[in-house]
Amino acid sequence: MNATVETHAFDLAKSSVRDLNAALHALKPGSNASLWRVANPRGLHAIAAGLDAPVTVEVDGPAGYYCAGMNKQATVIVRGAAGVGVAENMMSGFVHVEGDASQAAGATAHGGTLVIDGDAGARCGISMKGVDIVVKGSIGHMSAFMAQAGTLTVFGDAGDALGDSIYEARLYVRGSVKSLGADCVEKELRDEHRKELFERFRLAGIDGQIDPSEFRRYGSARNLYHFHVDNASAY
Amino acid sequence: MCGIVGLFLKDPSLEPKLGEMLGQMLGVMCDRGPDSAGFAVYGGGAPGKIKLTLRAPAGYDFAPVGAALGDGAELETRATHAVLTIADSREAEARDTIAKQFKDVTVVGAGQRMELYKEVGLPSDVATSFKLSGMSGTHGIGHTRMATESAVTTNGAHPFSTGADQCLVHNGSLSNHRSVRRDLERAGFSVNTDNDSEVAAGYLSWRMKEGRSLGEALEDSLDDLDGFYTFVVGTETGFGVIRDPIACKPAVMAETDQYVAFGSEYRALAGLPGIETAKVWEPEPAKVYFWDRAA
Amino acid sequence: MNEHVKAPAAPRTLPRESATFDAYTLSEIRRAAATGIYDIRGAGAKRKVPHFDDLLFLGASISRYPLEGYRERCGTNVTLGTRFAKKPIELKIPITIAGMSFGSLSGPAKEALGRGASAMGTSTTTGDGGMTQEERGHSQTLVYQYLPSRYGMNPDDIRKADAIEVVVGQGAKPGGGGMLLGQKISARVAKMRTLPEGIDQRSACRHPDWTGPDDLEIKIEELREITDWEKPIYVKVGAARPYYDTALAVKSGADVVVVDGMQGGTAATQEVFIENVGIPTLAAIRQAVKALQDLGMHRRVQLIVSGGIRNGADVAKALALGADAVAIGTAALVALGDNDPKWESEYEALGTRAGAYDDWHEGRDPAGITTQDPELMKRLDPVLAGRRLANYLSVMTLEAQTIARACGKSHVHNLEPEDLVALTIESAAMAQVPLAGTQWIPGANGAF
Repeated sequence: MNATVETHAFDLAKSSVRDLNAALHALKPGSNASLWRVANPRGLHAIAAGLDAPVTVEVDGPAGYYCAGMNKQATVIVRGAAGVGVAENMMSGFVHVEGDASQAAGATAHGGTLVIDGDAGARCGISMKGVDIVVKGSIGHMSAFMAQAGTLTVFGDAGDALGDSIYEARLYVRGSVKSLGADCVEKELRDEHRKELFERFRLAGIDGQIDPSEFRRYGSARNLYHFHVDNASAY
Repeated sequence: MCGIVGLFLKDPSLEPKLGEMLGQMLGVMCDRGPDSAGFAVYGGGAPGKIKLTLRAPAGYDFAPVGAALGDGAELETRATHAVLTIADSREAEARDTIAKQFKDVTVVGAGQRMELYKEVGLPSDVATSFKLSGMSGTHGIGHTRMATESAVTTNGAHPFSTGADQCLVHNGSLSNHRSVRRDLERAGFSVNTDNDSEVAAGYLSWRMKEGRSLGEALEDSLDDLDGFYTFVVGTETGFGVIRDPIACKPAVMAETDQYVAFGSEYRALAGLPGIETAKVWEPEPAKVYFWDRAA
Repeated sequence: MNEHVKAPAAPRTLPRESATFDAYTLSEIRRAAATGIYDIRGAGAKRKVPHFDDLLFLGASISRYPLEGYRERCGTNVTLGTRFAKKPIELKIPITIAGMSFGSLSGPAKEALGRGASAMGTSTTTGDGGMTQEERGHSQTLVYQYLPSRYGMNPDDIRKADAIEVVVGQGAKPGGGGMLLGQKISARVAKMRTLPEGIDQRSACRHPDWTGPDDLEIKIEELREITDWEKPIYVKVGAARPYYDTALAVKSGADVVVVDGMQGGTAATQEVFIENVGIPTLAAIRQAVKALQDLGMHRRVQLIVSGGIRNGADVAKALALGADAVAIGTAALVALGDNDPKWESEYEALGTRAGAYDDWHEGRDPAGITTQDPELMKRLDPVLAGRRLANYLSVMTLEAQTIARACGKSHVHNLEPEDLVALTIESAAMAQVPLAGTQWIPGANGAF
């Protein structure tokens, strides 16, 4: 971002989320970078949802459900906690939650990067389809359920049933995993994965501070890819 | 399917503001439950006395109820509700008198300290009609309701109270409440509405009557109640929270040196003093959280 | 001389098959024993349930005056999404094409649906698997389904759509997810869904990021924000508890409610689910309408009914019972050419016959419709098949108009329950119309 970036202030105590989103949607995909500072979010829903322009939105406080939902291109920074489904179905761009995130963070997201400084609740990365999620704290139960593609990197611990019914997403956890879900197994952490982890640390802005070797890798055993009677209880 | 809020004060200096804080939390949750609202407040109470919260149709004159019970009965009316305070030894007599002489009056809650108000309508309007903002107390819970399978009536509104100083609010949907209802009825507990949440309240009262503590009763509910639920419950001295093992329904808690607060969403907590620096977290599935003043 | 006189043989009874353990049931037990997996198939419930056939219209005569066919106008247009959307949908006929995925259907089949529907001024609907160019390019009005799996879901396609349908359930399997077998996860389907090619794909039964009406309300708000409040938002449920589900869809902010009865089709679901979960379309409509009426929202939030709609009479009956429009799925596939007797020998080779073929999930459809096989797909000419669908929609519309005119209505939406009687007690109770020749509505007014 250069020094001449255009800055806009938006106060959600005075104007509605609808007005904010309408203004952000009016920016065209090819428009110049600009910075939007959003005050008084107070847990309101759908803040900065559906963006498709290279803007930066700083949300100064806790956001409600679906903040930065379906994001494309934009950088959305939440200076507080984020509610259910932050960056759900994100396509591209960068979403950074400085506090904790609630359930279903990054659900079904296809691309882009989601960084959560605190903990993420249950179902983090559920049905993820290509997003890179980095959680500096821990994640709740049923995270990466049916995760299809992308990476989920967790510095802390994972709750019950991690990666249940997982497809091809790659999961990296540094701490403990309470239990693995159906068809999710630990896999060898090879150099290519250490390299990938290093790349994720760079995305999270902490490259060089953590040793990728401290992480363990989890992924699909692929036993459920073709129905077999002896696996019936796992479906 | 609803919004729920709860507030448990640790700092006595906030007690005069309990109603104001709870009312503000309830108002924010209007969107989650526009059909009806209710709240229970644990305020003043005297040993040896019991407070019965009565409800009647709009415009009802409660004065004859107090008069019928003679000396020592105090009555305070708030819109469609009134709180009758009498010696606790006279509870059965009072209930009998009301049932026989005042057909339009229903006892919605009873306890040494609990008062319970609920009505159909937009939650913020309901809170205003009962002058919640002026109430003081140590803790309280509230509810805004989006009715799922039972009628939008005052009886169907939360909280549900099925035991002295006990009440419950619920967000979710129980899938086996008809069976549990039959078990309760066999055990001698009557369930008055079609509402699954009343079954949950009755279940906890039943377990506690069987000698379980509130915390243990909540643990039991994990085995016996099926479906999706977040419960917030109040007792004379305590305040508890539990979520089902799948935990799809939202729940956020905040704790400071001054209070513990619960909201279905963070929005409900956003107006509380010191929330910026509070410890804010989501209760874990199948885990009992409980705060008790007596402890 | 010994006389060996044989006692006359005792008369033998005829072999008797059990009504309980009938031939189909026996075959199912053997199949289960051999494979260890439940039977998965396409299409909707095949068992006989009370349906529109059990209702009759009371045509006009002396007490009511009919309209002159072909001359006096009988309107069929419908507007969907008038409650909150800035851009409601205008359809020329009250018959829409239900959601069917690219993946379950071939590209040419999706194109044909688009061509046929557009020719008649009505909409098509995507399915689980995203939006294809075949469909968007050939559908004048396209409803984009928002499903638990979110396969291929993206904001660009949402904005390209004319409406969004949040799918909570479908009539063939209220409360169920699904499985699409590997034969149909072709390279293209796999890419659209971000899945490995050729695997047996499982689908979730709940949405990943919301559960229940209070959270659905917030989800709908997000979808409206993303589309700047332009697009109508439908909520589709499988018929099980239609009164509550319709009421809650309305409370959650839906513009349109879609109720799909148990005869509604599916690409692939367990047979046990299809035949044993959910209620018939006929039983669902009045409950859904009652919910809308109780909320003061009938005709303000539109109701689309689907599941077993086959002809103009079915359309007219659904509208008379209070629906604003209907949706067709299975019937549209048949119009395109599915289960056509001209492929009889090939159906036999698959162990079935034309009319009974329901293994849509296996991807070997001789008609080239429910397949991803490039050779089979070529059999379906999308232009010709689209024309066939347009013809069929046209006939259904003319039939519905014929009935409406006979009942004295200048618009099909003016049909009402009082124009109907029932042939059976079951259908009278479900549709809440009197048994023919009586004043008796079982369950409503109690007596003959």
